Amino acid sequence: MSVGVLDSRNLNGGQKLAVKYFIVAMVLFVAQILFGLLAAVQFLAPGFLFETLDFSVNRMLHINAMIVWMLYGFIGAVYWFLEEESGVEIVGLKCGEIAFWVLTAAVGIVVLVYLFLQTGAGNDATRWLINEGREYIEAPRWADIGIVAVMLVFFYNAAGTFSKGRWSGVSGVLTLDLVALVGLYLTGMFYTTNVTVDHYWWWWVVHLWVEATWEVLVGCIMAWSLMKLLGARRRIVQTWLYIEVALMFGSGILGLGHHYFWIGTPEYWFPIGGFFSALEPIPLVAMVVHSIYDAGVHKFRSTNHPALGWVIAHTFGNFFGAGVWGFMHTLPQINLYTHGTQWTASHGHLSFFGAYATINIAFFYLAVQQWRGNVWMGANLADNGWKWKWSMALLNLGVIGMTVALLIAGYEQSFIERAIEGSTWSGYFAAQTHPWFTQAMFWRLIFGIVTAVGLVLLIWDLATIGARETRPALVIERPEEPGIKAAVVETA
Amino acid sequence: MNTAPLWASEAFWKKTAVWVTAVSFVLLIALTFDSMARVSAGGSERVPAYSVINKKIDYRLDSKLNRFVPVIEGDAPLFGKTLNEDEAERLVTLGKKTFQAKNCINCHTILGNGAYYAPDLTKAWLDPNWVDETNRETLMLAFLQDPAGNARSYGTGRRMPNLGITEEEARGLIAFLKWTATIDTNGFPHNFKTLYAQENP
Repeated sequence: MSVGVLDSRNLNGGQKLAVKYFIVAMVLFVAQILFGLLAAVQFLAPGFLFETLDFSVNRMLHINAMIVWMLYGFIGAVYWFLEEESGVEIVGLKCGEIAFWVLTAAVGIVVLVYLFLQTGAGNDATRWLINEGREYIEAPRWADIGIVAVMLVFFYNAAGTFSKGRWSGVSGVLTLDLVALVGLYLTGMFYTTNVTVDHYWWWWVVHLWVEATWEVLVGCIMAWSLMKLLGARRRIVQTWLYIEVALMFGSGILGLGHHYFWIGTPEYWFPIGGFFSALEPIPLVAMVVHSIYDAGVHKFRSTNHPALGWVIAHTFGNFFGAGVWGFMHTLPQINLYTHGTQWTASHGHLSFFGAYATINIAFFYLAVQQWRGNVWMGANLADNGWKWKWSMALLNLGVIGMTVALLIAGYEQSFIERAIEGSTWSGYFAAQTHPWFTQAMFWRLIFGIVTAVGLVLLIWDLATIGARETRPALVIERPEEPGIKAAVVETA
Repeated sequence: MNTAPLWASEAFWKKTAVWVTAVSFVLLIALTFDSMARVSAGGSERVPAYSVINKKIDYRLDSKLNRFVPVIEGDAPLFGKTLNEDEAERLVTLGKKTFQAKNCINCHTILGNGAYYAPDLTKAWLDPNWVDETNRETLMLAFLQDPAGNARSYGTGRRMPNLGITEEEARGLIAFLKWTATIDTNGFPHNFKTLYAQENP
């Protein structure tokens, strides 16, 4: 192993595959920000790219790129630690490789179709081949089937490897969570004319993915990261993971009810959705306690400072974005006014970034560290690590700025469109033309640009960090597993 | 490790996690069966049959609930033609498929879900924007087939692009929106003033 040089021989089989997933994830991250910026400009200058690249296309690409890059990040993260966690080589790595290329080709085709065909006639062929026209799960049906097939291969790789090697609490939770992840996607794969039924099952995919299975998945990734980065005790990390699963599924599964207030479903969803979604922030508090406490106990000595920084950004982002910002408008008493306004966009921006983008970025740093031969990434980095610090500051500042701007727009919209104007179209436009709204959308664009600058810096840093570094990584022994070092160092 | 108290033991939390997840999921399945029975089109009071597009639709304040509830009374056939249940379902289905094919949800919202670049379409059929009911269908047909030419931007400059919607698809969309307007959404969007409320203050 050569320290400071980018060399795939520094990686095990799963890690080589993971790196491919991470690279595509970064490309899609760039696409997400690019199309988000175009959509943000269109709020201020509606004639911009009119009938060439309309808001609907930009917005669809913005949200789809986000979901797909996050999934790429999660899959990559699991492949990354599969061999270390199970103690054996990956079962069916070839299938995993093929699945990666199939998925990537499919994503490429879908993006090209979105960009150049955009829409079709109102028939079944359009839904199968072009665009299903359902928010977040716009992918045409052929791609849906492909996604499920690829996810099944991924599941087989993970479950098969753990079965051959050793099982742990982390891998047990992860494997069951992947079953739920694949199963839930199927509930969004049928056509119905009844729009209430459509939205009912659509939320099974969207809510139960994002507010249940994804949260548990990042809980597993987080648990493993804490052992890796800080040498946290497995018993403690796994106990926390079980607590989180209990709280997350205990609140998140029935918390689904907070999406069933206004779609034509019965009134009993008011108390059920209100009560359980009010509990949803609790497991996210547990995560903050967990990571900060662990970091403190280990005196912030970690094998990888940028990754630890992003793990901590994740705990706060998850708590504030998913927990606090979600809770703010989740009760029906408030949601009646805020639902379908920029409040949702505000919550969406902070929660997806805080809960999922951050933990993926942490993993990109873990990956690049190992890829460069398990290089030093503690304190006293070359250039004082200004690039990762500034990119982290700018990305967080940008997203928080967008969140606050959209929240102001959301408040204004709730008051003017709903409370005063009675929710008519003229009420809608009265809110959209109000200076308080347009000013907020201006600041959203500015902070969107700040986010983009942070992203450029992040890419620059990931490409250069650890280059020509000669020091090997800090070695952290796991107290209860003296044989296994948190960071395996084989350098001379 | 045996000395760890129950609240700190891994095994206890593992069991708790399994039980909590299982019980929540079973409850969700049970509630789903009940909800599905109550929201089938025409099978219950909340989501009317597709042939409701032959009727006049309005909302009236229910003072006990303090929210507006749908009122469906009197005949008002769409495009002057009364459709039977099958014909109505076919037309609404064409509309729903067109709604999806044209990616409407990435600008508009429906049932409050979607993007926020253009208005919510849940009660679009009843919006006072249509001024009075006599010209509503003609205006909607013209708008959908040439939205840029018939733009109603209210000073925002936002226009709907021409999406190649055919006349048949436009009729389907109008049927879909009329039917959607009848769904009992528990008073959402709040305090909505219908077209008729403007006509009869």
